[in-house]
Amino acid sequence: MLAATNFLHNRYFADVVGVLAAAASAVLSAILLARAIDHGPLVYWFAGWKPNGHVAIGISFTVDQIGAGAATLAGVLVTAALVFSVRYFEPVGHLFHALMLVFLAAMTGFCLTGDLFNMFVWFELMSGAAYALTAYKIEEQGPIQGAINFAVTNSVGAFMILSGVGLLYGRTGALNMAQLGHALAQHSSDMLVVTALMLILVGFLIKAAVVPLHFWLADAHAVAPTPVCVLFSGIMVQLGLYAVARVYWTVFQSPLEPHLAAFRDILIWMGVICAFVGAIMCFSQHHLKRLLAFSTVSHSGLFLIGIALATHLGLAGTAAYVLAHGLAKGALFMGVGVLLHRFVSVDEFELHGRGRIASLTPVAFVFVAGALVLSAAPMFGSFFGKSLIDEASLEQGYGWLPTVFMICSGITGGAVLRVAGRVFGGFGAHDAPEDPSEQEAEDEGSETEGAHDHTPPIMVAPALVLVVAAIVCGLVPHVIHTIEHGAEHFVDRGAYVKAVLDGAHPHFLESPPSKLKGFDFLYGAGATLLTIGLAALALFGRRIAELVPERIVDGGRTALGGLRTLHSGHIGDYIAWVTFGMAGLGGLFALTLR
Amino acid sequence: MSFFPYAVAAWLLAIGLYGIVTSRNLVHLVICMTVVQSSTYILLLAMGYRTNGKAPIFADIPVGTKVVDPVVQALTLVDVVVEATVTALLLALAVQAHKRFGSINPDDLHPLEG
Repeated sequence: MLAATNFLHNRYFADVVGVLAAAASAVLSAILLARAIDHGPLVYWFAGWKPNGHVAIGISFTVDQIGAGAATLAGVLVTAALVFSVRYFEPVGHLFHALMLVFLAAMTGFCLTGDLFNMFVWFELMSGAAYALTAYKIEEQGPIQGAINFAVTNSVGAFMILSGVGLLYGRTGALNMAQLGHALAQHSSDMLVVTALMLILVGFLIKAAVVPLHFWLADAHAVAPTPVCVLFSGIMVQLGLYAVARVYWTVFQSPLEPHLAAFRDILIWMGVICAFVGAIMCFSQHHLKRLLAFSTVSHSGLFLIGIALATHLGLAGTAAYVLAHGLAKGALFMGVGVLLHRFVSVDEFELHGRGRIASLTPVAFVFVAGALVLSAAPMFGSFFGKSLIDEASLEQGYGWLPTVFMICSGITGGAVLRVAGRVFGGFGAHDAPEDPSEQEAEDEGSETEGAHDHTPPIMVAPALVLVVAAIVCGLVPHVIHTIEHGAEHFVDRGAYVKAVLDGAHPHFLESPPSKLKGFDFLYGAGATLLTIGLAALALFGRRIAELVPERIVDGGRTALGGLRTLHSGHIGDYIAWVTFGMAGLGGLFALTLR
Repeated sequence: MSFFPYAVAAWLLAIGLYGIVTSRNLVHLVICMTVVQSSTYILLLAMGYRTNGKAPIFADIPVGTKVVDPVVQALTLVDVVVEATVTALLLALAVQAHKRFGSINPDDLHPLEG
């Protein structure tokens, strides 16, 4: 409807319809969430094709708490992004709103479906809308390259998923996830199941931007319009991880059980490498959007670790952390959007000190609060998620994981806090260090039609709302407990299968909610101190940097330079890494999972 | 005989990915993507094939005749549509790239680095 009425050129109409539609979707997802909390997974068979025996004939939407929660988060973020773009995004027709709503519809469908091929279809629709949104500013060079990199990489991933689904169909004759899980439980894992697992995981991990499949993310974020970046980092990337969790627990859990330790180790190490690479790249950027993009890569690694621990506590921790991170990252991108709107630049050094205006104080607050949420400061929403994952790590015997979390979240939070200090406080050096390979971050005016003197409140309000929600979402009573129960239901494959194939109301065991312990606060405080310390070091630490011996500085600079050269912007390189990742993961799985 | 289609699918995947990695022309890159997608179709259709099965249209053959699996054919049709959309989008981007960069060689696209 929105696309058809494009000829009206009435911006107000498009904005109102867009925001109302997105808000309606968010409200409906929330209603589904409430029902799912009360009644267990809600199963809806399209066109009434109920399963016959244990064979699913139709396509089902199987809505459980975590899926409905993800759909609600998507709805909230799209609503916020559309509200933000009312005044931010001047020269845009109805097609932008139409694309955003299609994007939201696809994400919602993706979260709610119970059929693996249906999930692939929503995945492709979501990706298609994302490619078009990334390339929205088609008149510039950057968006074209970014969109090509994004589209080719994610399409390759999608076809890996499809191949994996085809292999599973060939083995079991099933596309419905409950039926697949039930059928695979009768066999032990063999080469075919392992290959299917590898293909499906690689495809979803490309979407989740896990190293070495992450190269497209920074490029896409650097060139996409700001409201679109809000969605990419806030929810789209995390949906890849949701799919990994869903596919693992519902479909592959049984065949992998004898080899669970190896599977866990492989994915945890992938997550750890991803978290570190993302954090290092994040701290070394001074293009604000790329900085936030690499912070998303780092957090994707942390979320993957939470899922890879393969317990309900780890999953609950990831879900809570995703919630807080999505809200905060969305708010941070909106803050960058305000800066772009005001000053036509997203370069940290060019914006040095320009934020010291009274009217931009709320934006400064958004940045500082966002940095603290990213570092999982105590009692913020992300802190509860991290402490659940820490508890799961200790339970499974990975005592060193909480330290990894502390370091990586500290580095990414420190990068954002450094930006806040430099832009809004005027601290630190004025000039960027010598770096010929830097991306030009100045010529960014076309989204907003030049600089503006005045920031409309409608742009700042959604950012404030989101970041405050990120801070308090852990403190609202029952939210964390509900997430924990949702995770317990998620990991219970038997109950899921019964609900879908037999239509029975499953009975879930409810374990008591976990409590915060002393060491959680220790790690949380450690991360926050690391954040503040790194930011201070980056801003004020020139003298200290001069004390470090030349050799270490040069070695560090060479290593960092090498890492940055790998992010070359060339699509051939990216696909080479995808192939390498596929081969590596496939080889590891073949060796350890049979 | 029954192993052959899967070998073809694997080969197409490998050669398609190799083509994308070493491509020096965006249009060539998009066509290599099509090759990768074809490998998936061959895999799906090979999954569905039944020896001596007929086409799954019960207009003039008795119910209960052995037919090939129609579900994978439906899956393949869905994917052809998706591929068409993505290919169209990528080709439009290639045209724009030629307009903005003056070249459709991925080596010449340079703004995004680091």
